[in-house]
Amino acid sequence: MSSHHAAATPHVHRDDVGSRMGMWIFLFTELILFGGLFIVYAVYRFQFPDEFKLAAKELDTLVGALNTIVLLTSSLTMALSITAIAKGSKKLALFFSWTTLFLGLVFLVNKYFEWGHKFEVGIYPQSAVLTAKSNGEILYFGLYYTMTGLHALHVIIGMVIIAFNVWFIARNVVHQHSYVKLENAGLYWHLVDIIWIYLFPLFYLLH
Amino acid sequence: MAIPLNNVIEKTFYQEGTNAYKGLLGWLLTTDHKRIGLMYFYAMSVFFIVAVTFGVLIRLELLTPGRTIIDPQTYNSFFTLHGVIMIFLFIIPGLPAFFGNFFLPIMIGARDVFFPRLNLFSWYLYMVGGILAVVSLFLPGGPVDTGWTFYIPYSVRSSTNVVPAAIAAFILGFSSILTGLNFIVTIHRMRAPGMTFFKMPLFMWALYSTAWIQILATPIVGITLLLISIERFFGVGIFDPALGGDPVLYQHLFWTYSHPAVYIMALPAMGVVSEIIPTFSRRTIFGYKFIAFSSVSIALFGSLVWAHHMFTAGMSGVAQFIFSFLTFFVSIPSAIKIFNWVSTLYKGSIELRTPLLYMLAFIAHFAIGGLSGVMIGALSINIHVHDTSFIVAHFHYVMFGGVAFAFFGALHYWFPKIWGRMYNERLGIISWAVMTVGFNLLYMPLFIMGYMGMPRRYYDYLPEFQIWHVISTVGSWIFVIGLAIMIYNIWISRKKGDPAGADPWGGATLEWTIQSPPTLHNFHEIPVVTKGPYDYSHYEKPAEAK
Amino acid sequence: MTHHHDDSHHHESHVVGYGSFTFVWLGLLALTGVTVAIAGIDFGKWTIPAALFIATIKTGLVLNIFMHLKYEQRIFKVFVGVSAVTLLIFFVLTFFDYGFH
Repeated sequence: MSSHHAAATPHVHRDDVGSRMGMWIFLFTELILFGGLFIVYAVYRFQFPDEFKLAAKELDTLVGALNTIVLLTSSLTMALSITAIAKGSKKLALFFSWTTLFLGLVFLVNKYFEWGHKFEVGIYPQSAVLTAKSNGEILYFGLYYTMTGLHALHVIIGMVIIAFNVWFIARNVVHQHSYVKLENAGLYWHLVDIIWIYLFPLFYLLH
Repeated sequence: MAIPLNNVIEKTFYQEGTNAYKGLLGWLLTTDHKRIGLMYFYAMSVFFIVAVTFGVLIRLELLTPGRTIIDPQTYNSFFTLHGVIMIFLFIIPGLPAFFGNFFLPIMIGARDVFFPRLNLFSWYLYMVGGILAVVSLFLPGGPVDTGWTFYIPYSVRSSTNVVPAAIAAFILGFSSILTGLNFIVTIHRMRAPGMTFFKMPLFMWALYSTAWIQILATPIVGITLLLISIERFFGVGIFDPALGGDPVLYQHLFWTYSHPAVYIMALPAMGVVSEIIPTFSRRTIFGYKFIAFSSVSIALFGSLVWAHHMFTAGMSGVAQFIFSFLTFFVSIPSAIKIFNWVSTLYKGSIELRTPLLYMLAFIAHFAIGGLSGVMIGALSINIHVHDTSFIVAHFHYVMFGGVAFAFFGALHYWFPKIWGRMYNERLGIISWAVMTVGFNLLYMPLFIMGYMGMPRRYYDYLPEFQIWHVISTVGSWIFVIGLAIMIYNIWISRKKGDPAGADPWGGATLEWTIQSPPTLHNFHEIPVVTKGPYDYSHYEKPAEAK
Repeated sequence: MTHHHDDSHHHESHVVGYGSFTFVWLGLLALTGVTVAIAGIDFGKWTIPAALFIATIKTGLVLNIFMHLKYEQRIFKVFVGVSAVTLLIFFVLTFFDYGFH
């Protein structure tokens, strides 16, 4: 089936396109993972529209909007860090990467206070306050905790990946002529942002 | 260039590794796709034998009504574990993790997969998931008894180790995803010069389609298993009717993965059939493009039919109608393949060797299993045979008589390439014949019983069913004898078989152009491909390795 | 990671400038503002589709510009399309059940 062989072993080089392709494919699995939860949300919101609206009143739209802005900005700084490294500005790349990490932390702190507030008013799975509510409300909060919880876990994972890249940049493993690792970290981070872009209106903007 | 018979002209990959370690660490830390494939094989063989044992014990219990050897709780755990181990530890990883890993790079003219270290990580995930599943048998709470489907509400209420089993399945799903990811990128980026998509062997098309199902369907079961675990820990109530949740929604999520999962199992097996039949017919495959496209179609259509597992669960009439209608469609691409395989054999120069025998059995068994599947896709029939042994017969015909037989056939086909020796042909044929007889005796009665009303997963039964149960159990013993002969043959022949050359079968795909066993880097020079696979136009029968 | 690769050598991937990214970010902020604003308006049964529509535009911007999809090879866009359609199919088929109870 092959009629002749190439004259010598082909020049071996890096394949960044393939590397990014791998990360994109992984992102599809994350999309479907959260997608399953969105399906559950869709079914129950379809069945309990009024209760969902009622339950959503417990959420603070301002905090949600703030967190949305925080994540969108972190996506910006992530993208800027890649431009910086591509232009050879190591310091700027580090700055933007650190800023991204910081914004991720801000997001998580906000989340912590949000959840904390709900625990304080007695809204958590199996609590007396929650079980006294209507079924639709119970489902809403079940989904709220599960979806924002799983999302927060992915924020943490994303931050770990970016932290590794900060180290790579500092050690010149990632540099102007080899930065696909940083690109892949960015891809992951942007997906985390996209999930929140959908979570925000679905949980915070029902009224 | 004539390649001598016993042609180990260079160090094999057994003798030369990807790291500096010798012995066990040379394997456990390898990034060589061939060693990783073999590690999968050895591990899954152990899990397979454990699962077969559970199966034999189930059949032994069902020899008589009432108690035969075990109590009902144990019986429930046995069929759960049989299913969990067979599905998640043998059939789903099965062909891709062993033969895919070993041969995908070689058959496209590459030196390895795109992400070799990720490949090793996939194997570790497989091992962790498998060990966790086994450990869950012995933790307090006892082995899980919910059936491999983990249906709500029982999976939340059962006092057995549901969470460890669910997490084990989650980890195994992750392993499956990473393998699929690796294969997709490898096929896109590492094909040898000249090998377009339509010059790839059909096994590659099968693995490629399978990989996409792994990517797009597995995460759904991932989230479903997570939700069960969250439910058991936190009582969130997402599927609890008392809190407004819907158990049927669980079923939707579960089957949205688990139906495509059966195509993860079946597609690679069909790919193997497409490899072996041309070789032993000395003809190019009939309708290459039809088979390639049918693989993609099966992946696509197979994602549209999941609720045919739920016809009696209480769905809307519209859903039942639509899913039944779509289910009929998914049989068409499979039928196309069968037609093309048979057409390849027709007027071919047939050599009836062990691998081909397994492929013929595949065609027969898959036809029976597949047709019975079309039957149960019809709503009127489904109402009567849902949750009976008719269903059990259906899926064992496709999964076992189909996929597992294809696995055995592939094992014999690629045996000389992997171990550099030939298995014993006589033992190969005998074990095939005994297994085929045993298998059909084991499952044909289940069609009959199911039609007569014998429920599945039942510990006890009415006396009128006993004769069929006895035939079936005897069939399981006959099958196991054949299996033992095959295992003996494979085990012994690895070291004691006659030395095999590069191409004992006269195969026409790239793996037969390199030495047996392969060198570490597969090829001296990456070949430049000018022709498609299965080109027998200049066929010359090679000198046989006896 | 080193690999054999049969493509001809291509140029370094396209680099998007600081300004372009910032511009997109401002657009995303604006769209977020729009989303919040219209939440106050009662669209009845169109509320969810409206919110999702805007979210999808934002996602499109993130995908194409931040994630560089616009500048990648066409196969990447095919992959994204296939994945999105697959998820959509899961939604639609599930609602053939729930939409007709």
